[in-house]
Amino acid sequence: MPFIPHTAEDTAAMLARIGVADIERLFDEIPSGLRVNEFDCIGKGLTEAEISRLMHERASADKQPLCFLGAGAYDHYVPAAVWDIATRGEFYSAYTPYQAEASQGTLQVIYEFQSMVTSLTGLDVANASLYDGASAFAEACLMAVRANRKSESRRILVPRTMHPTYRAVAQTILAGQSLELVELPMRDGRTALSALQALATEEFAAVAVQQPNFFGALEPVDELTDWAHGHGGMLIAVANPIALAVLKPPGKWGADGADIACGEGQPLGIPLSAGGPYFGYMASKESIIRQMPGRIVGRTVDLDGNPGFTLTLQAREQHIRRSRATSNICTNQGLMVTAATIYMSLLGADGLRQAALACHANTRALVEGLTELPGITRAFDAPYFHEAVLRLDRPAPELLGALAAQGILGGYDLSADYPELEPALLVCATEARSGGDIQRYLQAAADLLFESGRATG
Amino acid sequence: MTMTEPIIFEYRGSRRQPFTPLSEVPANLPEDALRQDQLLMPQVSELQVVRHYTRLSQLNYSIDTNFYPLGSCTMKYNPRICNRLAMLPGFLARHPLAPEEQGQGFMQCLFELQQMLQQVTGMAEVSLTPMAGAQGELAGVAMIRAYHLSRGDGDRRQIIVPDAAHGTNPATATMCGCEVVEVATRPDGDLDLDALRTILGPKTAGIMLTNPSTLGVFERQIEAIAAAVHDVGGLLYYDGANLNAILGKILPVDMGFDVVHVNLHKTFSTPHGGGGPGSGAVGVGERLRPYLPVPIVERRDGAYVWADESDRPQTIGRLSTYMGNAGVLLRAYVYLRMLGDEGMQRVADFATLNANYLMTCLAEADFELAFPERRASHEFIVTLKKVTRDTGVKAMDFAKALLDRGMHAPTTYFPLMVPECLLIEPTETESKQVLDAFVASLVELRELAYSDPQQLTTAPHSTPVRRLDDVRAAKHPDLAWRGAPKPTSK
Amino acid sequence: MIEAPDNLKYTEAHEWLRLEDDGTVTLGITDHAQQALGELVFVDVPDAGDSFEVGDACAVVESVKAASDVYCPLAGTVTEANPALGDQPELINSGPYVEGWILRLEPQNPEYLEDMLDAEAYQQLVAGAED
Repeated sequence: MPFIPHTAEDTAAMLARIGVADIERLFDEIPSGLRVNEFDCIGKGLTEAEISRLMHERASADKQPLCFLGAGAYDHYVPAAVWDIATRGEFYSAYTPYQAEASQGTLQVIYEFQSMVTSLTGLDVANASLYDGASAFAEACLMAVRANRKSESRRILVPRTMHPTYRAVAQTILAGQSLELVELPMRDGRTALSALQALATEEFAAVAVQQPNFFGALEPVDELTDWAHGHGGMLIAVANPIALAVLKPPGKWGADGADIACGEGQPLGIPLSAGGPYFGYMASKESIIRQMPGRIVGRTVDLDGNPGFTLTLQAREQHIRRSRATSNICTNQGLMVTAATIYMSLLGADGLRQAALACHANTRALVEGLTELPGITRAFDAPYFHEAVLRLDRPAPELLGALAAQGILGGYDLSADYPELEPALLVCATEARSGGDIQRYLQAAADLLFESGRATG
Repeated sequence: MTMTEPIIFEYRGSRRQPFTPLSEVPANLPEDALRQDQLLMPQVSELQVVRHYTRLSQLNYSIDTNFYPLGSCTMKYNPRICNRLAMLPGFLARHPLAPEEQGQGFMQCLFELQQMLQQVTGMAEVSLTPMAGAQGELAGVAMIRAYHLSRGDGDRRQIIVPDAAHGTNPATATMCGCEVVEVATRPDGDLDLDALRTILGPKTAGIMLTNPSTLGVFERQIEAIAAAVHDVGGLLYYDGANLNAILGKILPVDMGFDVVHVNLHKTFSTPHGGGGPGSGAVGVGERLRPYLPVPIVERRDGAYVWADESDRPQTIGRLSTYMGNAGVLLRAYVYLRMLGDEGMQRVADFATLNANYLMTCLAEADFELAFPERRASHEFIVTLKKVTRDTGVKAMDFAKALLDRGMHAPTTYFPLMVPECLLIEPTETESKQVLDAFVASLVELRELAYSDPQQLTTAPHSTPVRRLDDVRAAKHPDLAWRGAPKPTSK
Repeated sequence: MIEAPDNLKYTEAHEWLRLEDDGTVTLGITDHAQQALGELVFVDVPDAGDSFEVGDACAVVESVKAASDVYCPLAGTVTEANPALGDQPELINSGPYVEGWILRLEPQNPEYLEDMLDAEAYQQLVAGAED
């Protein structure tokens, strides 16, 4: 079912006009020895009803547990209007808005999105999106190295409290350009400011910090920003956009503010969807905008003087600057940005703030309930936003397995990424979890701990 | 005609009913970590939001509303069912870090998609994680570098790209720390093999090629090119931008390619979404297999599992936080299963038929082809240089005037080497009726270029806005709404 | 026909140079280059004190449709960059040889200036490229 509209008459007429006997002749420039003789890949095509049935079976085979897992992707409530509008054909099936006059809808959405991102981050300018949080962080590192005219260094100081996969992805992407990530150690679940002293004489292009960090804890962002600036480096903020509804925006960190902010946009109306598509956001000070990767939309006027929108500052990009471009990125995550823009419009400042505070409160309720149980304590004292680390008296998989049996996704086992914390569990309760949901978790955990307590006691 | 819609921030309204219950527990966050200023966001009702974004959508041209013959972009119909099925609750609610046993249905789809893309490209193994074509390119060149480095051949840093290549090719090579060497194209559209031979040598890491090329023709010397590159120890990268033209007809592996990326948002009909998300799955031959980016789905003991760094110690690593653009992968999977083997070949058949038909019609109407002696692949190039010389009307003016006729413009000014060019790709999902109307429009526009050139040079006239002042946009960037009270950033 | 004053030296990369009385060299892009680029929207100039080798990118000129590195034709240290270009990049369009100068540098080897193209040779180069 390849969605081909041609009638037999059409095809015959077209072939006659071209002057060939059959379609096969149109491939006569391909060396015949290279042609596929028998194409056997996936068998017969399915009808829409057949594939529909198959996919329903596959989707329903996948469990839908009650989610207390975060670790970079969060189960927020997404209002119905978000995807109803975002999947309208005019958004869904449009191309990148290179022909501005035929793309004002997409362009204005991006302009509004950029406005919202600058508002969340407290920075001057934002781009139209990058692929996801991790790749946005990698791009931010490259941008900082290009933008820092005070330093020739290609080293970035990155805290151990930064999302482990962000660091891994940055490693992959930055390896080719010989950037080096230097790890900044942690203490009590936060970046250890004391470690900075030993680094005072070394040169870095930038210091990065994640707020809240991978453990959900709040970092000493003001001190880190000032230290970076005092040592000739830029400051890269990686921040959860929902948290920024209540937390101090990166543009206000320290005396001069972060230079670049980036992060995962998924919390803004994008479903968990097994890991993607999400989007990365990026904002910066205006002074370094020409080092920013990705598309940017600007407002201007048309021939009649009416306001309109267009892609701008394109000389940074690969289609113009080729090997000297700021990045190779072309396609970004446009549709996700459309959804996020609608999401932020629906919630508004109050709604975003309420969602953020409800996440914080729910996680507190969960953490306080769990730490009343025997064998569970908080791993760190640091204040946290909507995730926290619990120290367990047993391997995390034991608790997670028991919870899974009750249909609960109980958190993220930190043992692989942070063996020094073992056994420890990262938990999260968003605003989408009810008091009853949290009770279910507490009860299931209590049952397990009580059971095993009785068995050993 | 002017149709403007206020910026969402300019509406005033309110939404009283929250989407989720409010928190009654007081926040326990340190004062110095909190936002001090008012967060500037739209303050509007749900109807205002719905109406605003619905109206904005109506200012767009899209495949669902317009013919969209944008060369090199493969703007074919995006079947609605692909979206519907990728958005089933079981898939949408899956947390990326949920245990494998809770996502076997999802993982089976990915596993089978990996296998299908292996078959379509002839490669030994596929990784689905790259999130767009450019990231697939990055993965590919990084793997080529890793391969040379593993052999103690680290001086191979030159990546050869044709002068007609997409900008992402040279930009990717730079991102991978390689040096870009351009090779010229001959007047007949094929690569200058002699020039290539003078460039090749002990510093050659590889060559990046699109075939059919960005010039809309099949590179006939591909076997000789592959042999020449392999002879000096280089590898061949296949940019899958134009795979639609040869789907099921010829496999990249048979052309001698060592690594490929496939744009699922082109060939496999996942939506372009106004600029993404895409997906740039990569496939490799045996030599590069150890370096594939992770995660990859494997089947072990009847279950689907993620293979990661511990299973693949030589991997170039991760490119995304989780599993690439998973939802895009599901859409492509649905599309491929609906096509089947025969359907895939019919895609190439009719994409090629439509392009050659359009090319013939335009040639008969005396439009000048960039490569008149060649077959079109799934796209072809018209050059308007004579019209421009005679009338001053440029390719961009034709593009804008087509918008007035309800058609999206073809790609203009790419490839850079063909003056005043239109790169036209109709795709297989357009009917003869639509193609005939397009030819008629171009003929009419050329007549106008001679009789009333100003109509074209001032086009478009009927779009929501007219031509925009790009110089002003770049010189005085207005990139965010700054009306009303706005927190001043430092 | 493009303008190319006789008192300047030129490069094949469409830059012009002028030896000043104080021994510094002023650098800009030619009339031909600015025409090819179109209206400039941004010029990125180096800071005073920056040093460049021959062939280093020392400035960037950007129009809506193109961006081009200016490659330093003489090794040296920048003494001054044109401060007006920040707000008015279009000065390069209106007066590429006068108000649109880009930077001045203290050359390491001013004698290399002699090897560069004179106005006539540069005019021929441009004419040849347009055939």
